[in-house]
Amino acid sequence: MKIAVCVKQVPDTWAEKALKAADSTLDRDAADGVMNELDEYAVEEALKLTEAHGGEVVVVTMGPERAGETVRKALSMGADSGVHLVDETLHGSDALATSYALAEVLKDRGFDLVMFGSESTDARMSVVPAMVAERLGIAQLTFAQKVEVSGPTVTIQRATETGYDTVEAQTPAVVSVVEKINEPRYPSFKGIMAAKKKPVETLSVSDAGLDAARLGLSAAWSQVEDFAARPPKAAGTIVVDEGDGGAKLAGFLAEQKFI
Amino acid sequence: MMLFTPEHDQFRKSVRKLVEDEINPYCDEWEEAEIFPAHELFPKLGAIGAFGLEYDPEYGGGGADHSFTTVLAEELGRADCGGVPMAIAVQAGMATPALARYGSDELKREFLVPTLAGDLVCSIAVSEPGAGSDVAGITTRARRDGDDWVINGRKMWITTGTQSDWICLLARTSDEGGYQGMSMIIVPTSSPGFSVGRKIKKMGNNSSDTAELVLDDVRVPVRHTIGEEGRGFQMQMSQFQDERLWISYMAVTGARRAIDRTLEYLQLREAFGKPLLANQYIQYTIAELVAEIDIVQGFLHHTAERYVAGEDVTRAATVAKLNSGRLSRKVADACVQFHGGMGYAEEMWVARYYRDCRLGSIGGGADEVMLRIITMLEGMGRP
Ligand SMILES: Cc1cc2nc3c(=O)[nH]c(=O)nc-3n(C[C@H](O)[C@H](O)[C@H](O)COP(=O)(O)OP(=O)(O)OC[C@H]3O[C@@H](n4cnc5c(N)ncnc54)[C@H](O)[C@@H]3O)c2cc1C
Repeated sequence: MKIAVCVKQVPDTWAEKALKAADSTLDRDAADGVMNELDEYAVEEALKLTEAHGGEVVVVTMGPERAGETVRKALSMGADSGVHLVDETLHGSDALATSYALAEVLKDRGFDLVMFGSESTDARMSVVPAMVAERLGIAQLTFAQKVEVSGPTVTIQRATETGYDTVEAQTPAVVSVVEKINEPRYPSFKGIMAAKKKPVETLSVSDAGLDAARLGLSAAWSQVEDFAARPPKAAGTIVVDEGDGGAKLAGFLAEQKFI
Repeated sequence: MMLFTPEHDQFRKSVRKLVEDEINPYCDEWEEAEIFPAHELFPKLGAIGAFGLEYDPEYGGGGADHSFTTVLAEELGRADCGGVPMAIAVQAGMATPALARYGSDELKREFLVPTLAGDLVCSIAVSEPGAGSDVAGITTRARRDGDDWVINGRKMWITTGTQSDWICLLARTSDEGGYQGMSMIIVPTSSPGFSVGRKIKKMGNNSSDTAELVLDDVRVPVRHTIGEEGRGFQMQMSQFQDERLWISYMAVTGARRAIDRTLEYLQLREAFGKPLLANQYIQYTIAELVAEIDIVQGFLHHTAERYVAGEDVTRAATVAKLNSGRLSRKVADACVQFHGGMGYAEEMWVARYYRDCRLGSIGGGADEVMLRIITMLEGMGRP
């Protein structure tokens, strides 16, 4: 089985995130970059599947030079090789452009599964897996909390608010995972050393045969006009209970139009 | 710094994440229980290769040079308690070096391989009720009976002693006395006659169980002897070198983290109309400590480089242990002081750090024992 896992480098979850004044895009230098947490679960699941069924795991990332660290991390967890799409033209790409670029890189490589984390902690749109599936013209199995592969059939438990749906498709297919699915491994010493020798293919926009006009900030379908820091939290209202606390609370809620 | 490559940084991140996810959230619970679940935690450390970094890959080791041990110990030193890292250090760098260096193939397959995986838990058993600083004073005796050793004695202060699967035991195997006639023997704790005498209540490192062990006619095969019979003392002295470096690495990063956390607090806490940190007295006191940490850490990195280059670092390990133990005590004292009442309360990290740190100048050889070694190395004679 040949599995691609798309991973994204995002600013450290705990870091203060900032936008750049010049073009209103994320300031990626302001914080340490880490692999998007849910993507770690996708890598882990791909490794488990190939450990059980044989095959190989290829990590794919689109991002600046520094995103190579994220490819390395996936390789040190055990993935076999990497593909890094890196090009100035990609800067500021929105979800549509990203899915276009990823789909172009992924197509014709013979993947049985293309796996994703179900969202990234920076943009939080959760649309790229579905868009990539659509562009590749293959099935999408999203929000998986469990994945099973049997021959050409892949079955997932799709997490819902109340439980899960069992969804099945034929490979090739896109699978995006939620964090319930597994416990990602920590890169081991041996994994880290082995990763040094694993191949990473670096592609520019022209190497990948992409149309530059469909990429980057200028091609984005939405535009950030302006941004402002989150206003500081206003002090809360304390309701003192002098026997009439219930009525006061209800009054407050009604006033705020909650009830 | 030439010592650390991008691979070191990646390994550091891996260890840091493991400490943050698998150790820190449970420290309070384990401190309270005065034990941590070694058989649950250690396989996770085994999986990242933490127990056998420098050992032969043939036996599950990493084949790394010592600089990766430096990284591992530095990150463990940043944990929220001292007890668990101490137990990890025992398994990685105190109870296994002699086995890995001098043990027979058979012994390594039986004990080293599962221990490096974290499936078996081990202890180092040198100290006794009657002998700690003076290792030559031990009286635990192994007498030969056919192909077996029959062992009698007591071991004291044994880290992870209530839950380990085997101990690396230092015992007398002849009546020569002094530094002669000691051997290192692997004793499975399931052996008949082996028992845990008691679990010792301590002032610090509470998440680590510390035990007095009793050996009453314990029978183990002679092939359980590590390396050459009669060379136990010498093997332990070389094992001490790893132990002292481990303790020093952990102490210095622990001290640095304590300073960082104290600085955060001092910026928030106000008195006399300004943050506490705005007082020059406090600033300078902390600056002094930071300067000392830098020096000891630099010395340790230099020592690690020399170790990697194959040099004898006995003296450096001794100097580092002496200074790092003392320094972390000074740091802990300042942290408590500048936290005021909060430094004295169990609800913050400071009090635990203060208690845990105190061991640095006692365990692995007391400060005075370090001074004694330096005295001898300086040619002043045997004190
Ligand atoms: C929490 C903890 C965990 C431990 N874990 C282990 C373990 O896993 N395995 C193990 O074998 N041991 C372990 N030890 C034992 C430790 O190594 C000893 O406590 C230490 O070596 C000191 O020995 P002692 O306690 O017998 O003190 P003693 O030898 O009685 O010495 C007491 C004090 O006398 C002073 N002193 C000693 N000699 C001299 C001298 N020549 N000149 C001047 N002053 C001197 C020192 O200040 C010393 O602290 C542990 C101890 C503790 C507290």
